[in-house]
Amino acid sequence: MHDRSSSGLHLLHDTSAAHAVMPEDLPFTVQGMTVAYHHKPVLWGVSYSAPKGCLTAIIGPNGAGKSTFLKAALGLIPKLSGETKVFGEPIEKALKRIAYVPQRSAVDWDFPATAIDVVLMGLYGQIGWFRWPSRKHRQKALDCLKSVGMQDFANRQIGQLSGGQQQRVFLARALAQDAEVYLMDEPFAGVDAATEKAIVAVLRQLVADGKTVLVVHHDLETVRDYYSHILLLNGQHVADGPVETTFTPENLQRAYGGRLASTQLDGLSEAAGS
Amino acid sequence: MDIFLQFDLPSILLGSLAALACGLLGNFLVLRKQALMGDAISHVVLPGIVLGFLFSHETGSWAMMIGAGVAAIVAVLLIELIRRIGNVEPGAAMGVVFTTMFAAGVVILEQTGTAGVHLDVEHALYGNLESAIWLDAYTLSDLWNLQALATLPESIKQLFVVNVLVIAFVVLFFKELKISSFDPLLSASLGFSPKWLGLALIVMVAIAAVAAFSAVGSILVIAMFICPAATARMLTDSLKMQLIISGIASLSAGLLGYLLAAFGPGMLGYEFSVSAAGMIAVVAGLQQVLAMLFAPHYGVVMRKRKQRAHAAA
Repeated sequence: MHDRSSSGLHLLHDTSAAHAVMPEDLPFTVQGMTVAYHHKPVLWGVSYSAPKGCLTAIIGPNGAGKSTFLKAALGLIPKLSGETKVFGEPIEKALKRIAYVPQRSAVDWDFPATAIDVVLMGLYGQIGWFRWPSRKHRQKALDCLKSVGMQDFANRQIGQLSGGQQQRVFLARALAQDAEVYLMDEPFAGVDAATEKAIVAVLRQLVADGKTVLVVHHDLETVRDYYSHILLLNGQHVADGPVETTFTPENLQRAYGGRLASTQLDGLSEAAGS
Repeated sequence: MDIFLQFDLPSILLGSLAALACGLLGNFLVLRKQALMGDAISHVVLPGIVLGFLFSHETGSWAMMIGAGVAAIVAVLLIELIRRIGNVEPGAAMGVVFTTMFAAGVVILEQTGTAGVHLDVEHALYGNLESAIWLDAYTLSDLWNLQALATLPESIKQLFVVNVLVIAFVVLFFKELKISSFDPLLSASLGFSPKWLGLALIVMVAIAAVAAFSAVGSILVIAMFICPAATARMLTDSLKMQLIISGIASLSAGLLGYLLAAFGPGMLGYEFSVSAAGMIAVVAGLQQVLAMLFAPHYGVVMRKRKQRAHAAA
């Protein structure tokens, strides 16, 4: 936990610049990040700061580097340049304040583990080295499963769950981590309607609790309904800001180029008008 | 009774303990899709073993064990280095390192004149289980007589210590090994470095492989790394249960394998016995086949029956 009294003092001294934002108020900031796979650049000098306590969609065409952006920012894959700060701290020192939900394909679902086992893994950081989870931890894991509507599947082997259910288990695991910043890589990919609803409800709850949430999102149709902010990428930073002012046909055209049919753009801007 | 204690029991202990050390660690190798790492490691450690022998001048010494551990670490680091600098896939990097290190071991063995000392090919392949004897055992009470126990063959004492280390390793690091095998990214972000845990696992594998090597031979070491874990996986969906079942499977393969080898041919009217190490691997393989056929959820029989019930409904 960061020291509240000291940041309060800063604010008192800083009355002249009432709107100045303290670095410790910026939950997730990326500065000049460049990533290349085999000498082929995927992301070019991306700088971005996530608005605190907001639900932000990361959107862009295929190959725009959306997943890469999250992974490189977290330090999970090598980058050529750039740094990530979490509440003003270098990310290496603040990993416990972040929860990352990878794509479902990132793990082996044949692993001998049940749904509650996987959620418990989110608590391992709090449990610490050498110790085994206690009854209290199991109860907390079960509560997290309950909040994604998966309590009835707690003892099911994870490979026997549907894709949507697996995604919800991942989400429950992230909830168990009790982080302040949530980074999710396509949680809606290939899930059923019930799961989509459950995930949206959880995302809203997280934001209501003051958490900062960033979600790689594919379906442009639902951006307006689900999110308050967006970050548009296409290898570079295209635009970011509130949905009303940033999710515009012009910005989308810039991000997607010719890949988005004009009829689609019209549909989205109509949605904007209604 | 004293014949059993002096000749059969030491071999049973040696085979079972060798199987247990490898069987427990094998669970994590199989889950990490590194099942053949046990095989590779048993080759890589050769230069370490030979240098350890040159240092201590006795086989089965702890110096050989430490040499093996160091060789395993060197191998893992070399693989990382070649993978990064050479920009080749991990499998190719492993192939290069394993063959080179094994060849280096052979060269050192030949050049230092240690080639004749016990480290010969036949023992390396088939082990030397039957050579374990415990001449100071006369009655059952010797089993808890510390003085008599002190005269157990060195190889058994050594395997006992290795088993204590292996069990402590999998119990203490159970949670860490589990998360780093299932989701290395989450593991890293929570502060449990999958790299260090992977390296620790490989070092333990090297130690277990070398300890088991002289008892059951290198080919059978591989069987013990894979079979009990694969058998146990068919029978449970809990990693904790899998470890326990694989332990039971390892010990029973050791016991049953020896008894079948020593007394099986006799019961059929033959005058000879067969290789105990070989029989242990056969039993381990049979366990696997039985599990594949009759396991409660994943067995072929149950799945067929379920399908039929499904079709009938």
